[in-house]
Amino acid sequence: MTSADGDRVSRRDFVVVLAAAGGGLLLGCRADRPRLATAGAATSGPAGSPPAFAPSAFVRIGTDGVVTVILPQAEMGQGVYTALPMLVAEELEIGLDQVRVEHAPGDDRVYANAAVGFQMTGGSTSVRIFHEPMRRAGAVARTMLVAAAAESWGVDASSCRTEKGTILHPPTGRHVTYGEVAERAAKLRVPENVPLKDPKNFKLIGTPAKRLDTPSKVNGTAQFGIDVRLPGMKIATVAASPVQGGKVAALEEAKAMAIKGVRQVINLGDVVAVVADHMWAAKQGLAALAIRWDDGPNGATSTADMAQRLAEASLKPGAVARNQGDAPAAIARAARKLEAIYQVPCLAHAAMEPLSCTVHVRKDGCDVWAGCQVQGRARGTAAEVTGLPLEQVAFHNYLLGGGFGRRLEQDYVTQAVRIGKQVDGPVKVVWTREEDVQHDVYRPYYYDRVAAGLDARGKLVGCTHRIVGSSLFAHFLPPAFKNGLDPDAVDRSVQFLYDVPAVHIEYVRHEEPALRTGWWRGVGVTHNCFVIESFFDEVAAACGQDPVAFRRSLLGKSPRGLAVLDIAAEKADWGKPLPAGQGRGVAVMYSGWDTYMAQIAEVEVVGSEVRVRRVVCAVDCGMMVNPDTVKAQVEGGIVFGISGALWGEITFKNGRVEQSNFHDYRVLLMNEMPQIDVYLVRSSEKPGGMGEPGTATIAPALANAVFAVTGKRIRQLPIEKALTA
Amino acid sequence: MKLSINGRTHTVDVPDDMPLLWVLRDVIGLTGTKFGCGMAACGACTVHIDGVATRSCVLPVSTLAGKQITTIEAVGDTPAGEKIQAAWIALDVPQCGYCQSGQIMSASALLDRTAHPTDADIDSAMSGNICRCGTYGRIRAAIKQAAGEAPLAAKGA
Repeated sequence: MTSADGDRVSRRDFVVVLAAAGGGLLLGCRADRPRLATAGAATSGPAGSPPAFAPSAFVRIGTDGVVTVILPQAEMGQGVYTALPMLVAEELEIGLDQVRVEHAPGDDRVYANAAVGFQMTGGSTSVRIFHEPMRRAGAVARTMLVAAAAESWGVDASSCRTEKGTILHPPTGRHVTYGEVAERAAKLRVPENVPLKDPKNFKLIGTPAKRLDTPSKVNGTAQFGIDVRLPGMKIATVAASPVQGGKVAALEEAKAMAIKGVRQVINLGDVVAVVADHMWAAKQGLAALAIRWDDGPNGATSTADMAQRLAEASLKPGAVARNQGDAPAAIARAARKLEAIYQVPCLAHAAMEPLSCTVHVRKDGCDVWAGCQVQGRARGTAAEVTGLPLEQVAFHNYLLGGGFGRRLEQDYVTQAVRIGKQVDGPVKVVWTREEDVQHDVYRPYYYDRVAAGLDARGKLVGCTHRIVGSSLFAHFLPPAFKNGLDPDAVDRSVQFLYDVPAVHIEYVRHEEPALRTGWWRGVGVTHNCFVIESFFDEVAAACGQDPVAFRRSLLGKSPRGLAVLDIAAEKADWGKPLPAGQGRGVAVMYSGWDTYMAQIAEVEVVGSEVRVRRVVCAVDCGMMVNPDTVKAQVEGGIVFGISGALWGEITFKNGRVEQSNFHDYRVLLMNEMPQIDVYLVRSSEKPGGMGEPGTATIAPALANAVFAVTGKRIRQLPIEKALTA
Repeated sequence: MKLSINGRTHTVDVPDDMPLLWVLRDVIGLTGTKFGCGMAACGACTVHIDGVATRSCVLPVSTLAGKQITTIEAVGDTPAGEKIQAAWIALDVPQCGYCQSGQIMSASALLDRTAHPTDADIDSAMSGNICRCGTYGRIRAAIKQAAGEAPLAAKGA
């Protein structure tokens, strides 16, 4: 039931990986000799030799037999540059060592993510959405290559088989490589309805394959957006108004221009850029400007004001997201009634790579180089800002030094193109860490009201949940915000696994003009999982029931949910006594990602300090492509979630973000790292998303563990602040 | 000013107070060393100065005359760096990979001076290197593997 762990790496694997890196991994080569956008060229083939055979937008095979997989999705650590090639390679009957990968250009028509209708890496969708298209791309290519070989031999295609990039005809012993028949295959019609492999014949899918991007990430050759270098390129750094909607009131341009290496000061009103020969000069120039800002209407807003307005909004009824039975009535006549208010703060992403974007705006075209989760939109904003036709704009994607949802907004691209319009030649705009923290799109502050009713025997008769906060879809994908409902804001709340007779869930949209909100690893689910799993822990305690036993009693209709809970409880030694000052907490997660997860956190509480000792996680995400990547996503998701739950909080004073860098926006470090044990359920169900569940499940597991130790219920994050309150 | 970087001498015309990080990245073109915070709070910019792990984002270049600077691009030529990189690959440590240059520079400096680091040694050497992808468990396991200890059930678990 659990995965095979501790898989050792053989010498052979090691060589294969290095060979893949040396021979193929083509990432980042473009910056050295960039192909500039010209009319019609933006989505054409790659640098290097022309492809012999390109049966789809995802696969290209050269006469040398090299298979290039073109990746519509951005690699930001989640392993998609290995998982998607595995899907192609499986159907194409080649080894991963025969694959090289290439970033797809920004193109919403060719590389749209069907979940949203444009190119996007987010929402834990890459494997879920591209699983079938990538396999099909491999199967189509293989079918055509075999047909070409069979045709040349005058035999039936069904009498041929394929192995590691070679087509064999066993009856005659003939064989030919993919490269040798590539040109012939290119002349054939692309077939429809090509069958996919029976999963029982999988050789790659489901195996813990080595990541293709690792070698380049250990020797400094991996190219992130911030690493772009072009001939004649200048470096710029920026200061945007510290208050949303503010404008420059005054600046001392001459002082900046006096600094050696500073070339240009660009004042765009809402943002100022200093363009220089290098970042050091740009940073010093920016400081020398001594910009004074006119804050505008949002200059007095504080976090307390925002919380107050959210609280007021929570008193009004919202749009109904789910209604089953008559929960308010059931609670009103219940023998016992529980009510609580839960709040979670704004959070910054603080990806390790500060935002950056390189642009070269010319009369006849515009090129943009960056790491982005919405490449087509990045291209689109460049066209809009420059006024150029889309065909004359090219977006070149890079590796992302962390995304976590921040690079789902193209604001930094828009800004860089506005700056680039004023610069003669290419310019790389690099945000400082302070700019990155203070001009983030923040995980919304949510304010929730929850209630539950118990009958005389302590049985749950109904529960209600009113969610109040920003709608991300209203801004990101307006058609998805329908009838006052944001599907993300209520995710994990409407997907209610627990068997309760009456459930009523509402959403109230509330926006704050001083605050830009955005996707943050898990967003709605991360928030709702904290609220629901914490509140159900309260209910269990009120009934005098064990938290695991209570959840088990409500999971009768969800065998997969029950299974992950049972695995986690068993592996975590649930119920076994711990030393004084230590305790365990549990949380169960299911959402629109179609993944089931249970986590049990073991913590030690010393004063207001919470030390996370161990996290046990059981996950059923359906069919896995690369189980080792699934584990890595769980490990990483948990770490990201611990930082957010224990310490994460962005606060506003006078309209400004008070935090600025890692010294005051605390994140987990090596010496605070718990032991994390991950148990993977083998399943043939359709794949579920894995980028975000780990993050979404940990906060309530921690809060419930803190309750187990201290008896204090955490209804407002971050946890350590709540413990000092 | 002359700088010895990865065994080569580079002559650069830059301000004395310019941090080494920007000389490496923007002047010389060695982009493997990363910018993360600009205040020695995250470790992404770690290089070796005469073998000692040092944050280059706050290190004025004028202090480096006569010193040997090693960056991620050449750390694989050192015995400790080679072992660390191999272990990183074997355990598939990186996720986004952005912090890993700094992690590897800190880890290889640790292994160079402490052949068999304890957990406390690892905490002490590595707790200034932030990884937002949360690869700490694999980093610890990879350092131990590079030190020649029996491979753990180390793929994070």
